[in-house]
Amino acid sequence: MKLLIKGGRVVDPASGRDELGDVFISDGRISEKREKAERTIDAKGLVVAPGLIDLAARLREPGYEYKATLESEMDAAVAGGVTSLACPPDTDPPLDEPGLVDMLRRRAKALSRARVYPVGALTVKLAGERLTEMAELAEAGCVAFSQANVPLADTQVLWRALQYAATFGFPVWLRAEDRWLAAGGVAHDGEVATRLGLPGIPAFAETVALGALLELVRATGTRVHVCRLSTAAGVALVRAAKREGLPVTCDVGIHHVHLSEKDLGYFDAHYRLEPPLRSLRDRDALAAGLADGTIDCAVSDHTPVDEDRKQQPFAEAEAGATGLELLLPLTLKWGAARKLPLATALARVTSDAARILGTQSGRIAPGAPADLVLFDPEAPWRITPESLKSQGKNTPYRGYELSGRVRATLVAGNIVFEQP
Amino acid sequence: MNALPDAEALLERLAAQIRPRLVPGTAMIGLYTGGAWVAERLHAALGLAEPLGLMDVAFYRDDYSRKGLKQDPKRTRIPFEVAGRDLLLVDDVLYTGRTVRAALNELFDYGRPKSVALAVLADRGGRQLPICAQHCGAEISVPEGARLRLKRAADGRLSLEVERGA
Amino acid sequence: MARNPQLNDHGELRHLLSIDGLPREVLLQILDTAEPFAGVTEREVKKVPLLRGKSVFNLFFEPSTRTRTTFEIAAKRLSADVINLNIALSSQTKGESLTDTVANLSAMQADVFVVRHAASGAPYLIARHVKPHEHVINAGDGRHAHPTQGLLDLYTIRHYKKDFTRLTVAVVGDLLHSRVARSLIHGLTTLGVPEVRAIGPQTLLPAGIEALGVRVFHDMRAGLKDCDVVVMLRLQHERMNGPLLPSAQEFFKNYGLTAEKLALARPDAIVMHPGPMNRGVEIDSSVADGPHSVILPQVTFGIAVRMAVMSIVAGN
Repeated sequence: MKLLIKGGRVVDPASGRDELGDVFISDGRISEKREKAERTIDAKGLVVAPGLIDLAARLREPGYEYKATLESEMDAAVAGGVTSLACPPDTDPPLDEPGLVDMLRRRAKALSRARVYPVGALTVKLAGERLTEMAELAEAGCVAFSQANVPLADTQVLWRALQYAATFGFPVWLRAEDRWLAAGGVAHDGEVATRLGLPGIPAFAETVALGALLELVRATGTRVHVCRLSTAAGVALVRAAKREGLPVTCDVGIHHVHLSEKDLGYFDAHYRLEPPLRSLRDRDALAAGLADGTIDCAVSDHTPVDEDRKQQPFAEAEAGATGLELLLPLTLKWGAARKLPLATALARVTSDAARILGTQSGRIAPGAPADLVLFDPEAPWRITPESLKSQGKNTPYRGYELSGRVRATLVAGNIVFEQP
Repeated sequence: MNALPDAEALLERLAAQIRPRLVPGTAMIGLYTGGAWVAERLHAALGLAEPLGLMDVAFYRDDYSRKGLKQDPKRTRIPFEVAGRDLLLVDDVLYTGRTVRAALNELFDYGRPKSVALAVLADRGGRQLPICAQHCGAEISVPEGARLRLKRAADGRLSLEVERGA
Repeated sequence: MARNPQLNDHGELRHLLSIDGLPREVLLQILDTAEPFAGVTEREVKKVPLLRGKSVFNLFFEPSTRTRTTFEIAAKRLSADVINLNIALSSQTKGESLTDTVANLSAMQADVFVVRHAASGAPYLIARHVKPHEHVINAGDGRHAHPTQGLLDLYTIRHYKKDFTRLTVAVVGDLLHSRVARSLIHGLTTLGVPEVRAIGPQTLLPAGIEALGVRVFHDMRAGLKDCDVVVMLRLQHERMNGPLLPSAQEFFKNYGLTAEKLALARPDAIVMHPGPMNRGVEIDSSVADGPHSVILPQVTFGIAVRMAVMSIVAGN
């Protein structure tokens, strides 16, 4: 279909373009030719940007259908302007078999909403003992390999897994957390955890593992993407590693550039996240690191959790927050707080994420896939359970007002979400 | 309205009333806060042998469900054996009678007295229970909705006041 | 941050969940109210009719005999009806959620829930879900708080030392796992104690504890110097011979309270312990039974303090 998106503020982070203009779509791709459009979308007052690329969103299928389904979460994705997402392998069963990956991709494709990029399990059942058939999994569609939130304590296995992945040039996405130092912890080991009497996860649980991981990267040359940084010291380690020229990238959960341990309040389990919300100093370092590019991109870390599992004493509640629909407004809020140009803020959830994913989406340029989001950056929105399409209503932002509402989302030139 | 009587004068009158009728061995118990002030003066004026007892009825009041526990209940101290004794309860103002009812209940948790009499500085009427004072300084009428209060100055001088809308 | 869930709209105590965040006036009100209740416990008829007709439900998700018994005694002395529920053995193990358990009990006309739970914050969750006329008293949640113990410790200190603003108080031992220590520290700092010391090995002191307003000592002798009050904390056996401590013997040698170490404190120092004591581990018998020890009076005061707490919350 030939589509004209007329009169919007076109922001393309990859090129730095930020101006009023029109965007033409033909055969599912951005076109430079001005052809007669079959449909015109009036984008006056709206920002026209590449669709968001979220590197961590749990769709809860297979295995956790009572928490959420592919349908509901894909609806949530496009309602949030997310046109591509990578899902971690911690499904049930974990994504360690090509058949499971294949089925997931087919299901997602049949729904015709966002593009789904499965991340395969690095070890069988994520158990940290045997390597998965990475080549087979890659052929089935896995874009990288990961342990999700399951620690890989055996450094011998970690080393071999990195080596094996490097053989094929596969990226490995890992959270840096030392299993022993983090054991039993549910909150950042600091003032607030001490006051609330919660078992803590010290900051060095991240840096000890990160130091070891970087050392292994030096030895193996594996492309490693560090997931969900949570400490100021961790940002510093990645900065040094990049300066050294190591093939390292990293991301941060969007909640972690806004919230800190101080927000736990009176044991509100909606603030129970993995990794935990840490000190103000850590939060500020993460927000600054995302701004200066040390942290390559922000992710939602979308994790639907039913309310029963949140109405528990803090340490017994399930960790995680819903995030697909909040990634855009929270990214805009972060960008505004740091006084960044819109293109820079959006880069962290579009072009920069695309680079790590290795996809052609994430930019507005002739020939690129027409994955776009049209949004009103000023439109306010009260976050309530009813206003969220995800089955997960668990968010620390419940009752808050955020700015940034999606009016339309396109994937491959098809309008997959529209809200007048 | 007539001027309020002088509390010091009432005190003298009350002591004069009680003195001839006092049973030997009677022990006195003053009810916090106003009753305790009156009792301290009476105890000295009558020269009683037994030490003075002081009682806070906070834990025996009948309005706990409505009003909760009032601030700073004091410690009841009864420094003599209650069982088999003639007792004189002393309060500043007798009104509905509920405070005295609470005091009697509390008293009986200490033992079974031989007799209990009540002496008050002022009786303002308005009884809601079948309670009366054996000794009374004066009957004072107070408009409804107002409160009759005993005050003690820094030098110990007692005076009566009417507080509106209390 | 949300309003303190312990206070109602008039700033009165509706639940007692933690000493942390309570205004000075509320703490003093509780201590002042405990005074006359101590008087009640000393006379022959130890009951007052204050809570007659009210039901106090002891919800103990963590087993306890001592604390449960003192709450039961306190409630009965207020003429309340007491129902004891050892939840550990019943519906929780059948998978019933905490909020469902409380809802079921609410339907049975409860007025006060006394809750002990292994997870920090559980009483807050319960307080969020009870009806407006119901009250929650925290009898200990995880490592977080044991406010009635903190209050009875404060009452004990005030009884013997009178003025908080001139004291040096040392809290010794396993602060990391101790809800008693946290509650006491909050109470001491709120009531204006100028120096609160935390004494213990690094493995037993929680991260950032200085932020609670304490001065940390690893050397017990240095920490005890000129103290007016020494509070010894219980050490659990399962924590020893592990990565936190090598042995009971070594702990006693360095952090156990002996007469010799106590001599470094002020001559009129008092020794406290929340109990139960591990003789020869935290404290030498000669000290526990000696003239400085106020450990037994602590227990008596505990009943009066709990009577005060129940009377105050149930009336608001």
